[in-house]
Amino acid sequence: MRMPKARGPLSEWVVARLAEGDTYLGGSAPLPADQDDEAIALWTLHELSYRGFEDASDDAERNPVVVVVRHDLESSLERRLRGRWDHADRPNLPAAADVPAELEELVASDDGPSLADHVRRSADVDQVLELLRQRSVYQLKEADPTAWVVPHLPTRAKAALMELQFDEYGNGNPNLLHAHLFAKGLESVGLRSEYGGYVDDALPETLELNNALSMFGMQRRLRGAAMGHLAAFEMTSSLPARKIAQGLGRLGLDGDMVGYYDEHVEADAVHEQLAARDICGTLAEDEPDQVAEILFGAFTCLDLESRVATALFRAWGVER
Amino acid sequence: MSEADFDHPDIVLEPHGPMLVRGASTIRDAEGTLHRVERPVVALCRCDKSSRKPWCDGTHKVIPRR
Repeated sequence: MRMPKARGPLSEWVVARLAEGDTYLGGSAPLPADQDDEAIALWTLHELSYRGFEDASDDAERNPVVVVVRHDLESSLERRLRGRWDHADRPNLPAAADVPAELEELVASDDGPSLADHVRRSADVDQVLELLRQRSVYQLKEADPTAWVVPHLPTRAKAALMELQFDEYGNGNPNLLHAHLFAKGLESVGLRSEYGGYVDDALPETLELNNALSMFGMQRRLRGAAMGHLAAFEMTSSLPARKIAQGLGRLGLDGDMVGYYDEHVEADAVHEQLAARDICGTLAEDEPDQVAEILFGAFTCLDLESRVATALFRAWGVER
Repeated sequence: MSEADFDHPDIVLEPHGPMLVRGASTIRDAEGTLHRVERPVVALCRCDKSSRKPWCDGTHKVIPRR
């Protein structure tokens, strides 16, 4: 994959520095033009820790100048996410034992606009393809941001996360790896399947969602938020996956993409139980100071998904 | 934390949810059909409303609790 197109002065600076590698010494980054510029800059910096770019230096990941910019962008993102959570209407913190029930309640009370309902009933082919391009930014590295969290967890949550992740990675069979199933699905509907292929089309909301996932995953301090995010994600997956599979069928987009969503109906019915109880529930018991973080992560998952949905409906001129 | 072993049952009845089964290779459903199990943990429908029985598809969440 090559680095994405810059969207303003900050991302332009980042892309230029990454291409230079270790040959530059300093200089401070320009201010971002807007949230779009900021989001693509951070997405690019995070990607250095996944698969990297063919036109970026391999040394760039730990270059001190780059690390400082990444730290500042993550701090700004985290402040924004926590600001939204602080403003969210929420009751007092539950006891650790009540965390799974609290997650269920949080998910049940989510009233964000539903892309899955739209796909099932009324989306046209162009809208579905646009949604799949947006989703591909994460789905082609599905489960990777969460893999960072394994070493940060106590025994029970660690074993449970591995049980879930093993399934995400195809239970050892590369043909069943979820990101691979999604890549085949993209090809089956006539889209490109290469890793990172549609990043230049990603909405700022899509980038923000991906950046939050990467940040939660990579920072030990944010392990609770990462696992809360995972739980909310899995708990809002199997029913919508079924609706999306139905919508794809309605539009004649049969084949591997339907297979991908069908797989997620059954897989995520398991994963949501593991994530809410065996991962978040035991993490809350073993590390009670993570209760608030788990709920913050879960809220953030629902909130960011809702922002992506709102942005897409706005772009399509669909009233929700 | 003490280093005692943990409970790790093969079969778990989730509150208001499915039955998780670890390590099964085949499941016979209520109609007598045999299903091969393709994953290490499966969720079996307990609300009887799943569209993919014997597997859970999350439908129990939209059924009012009695």
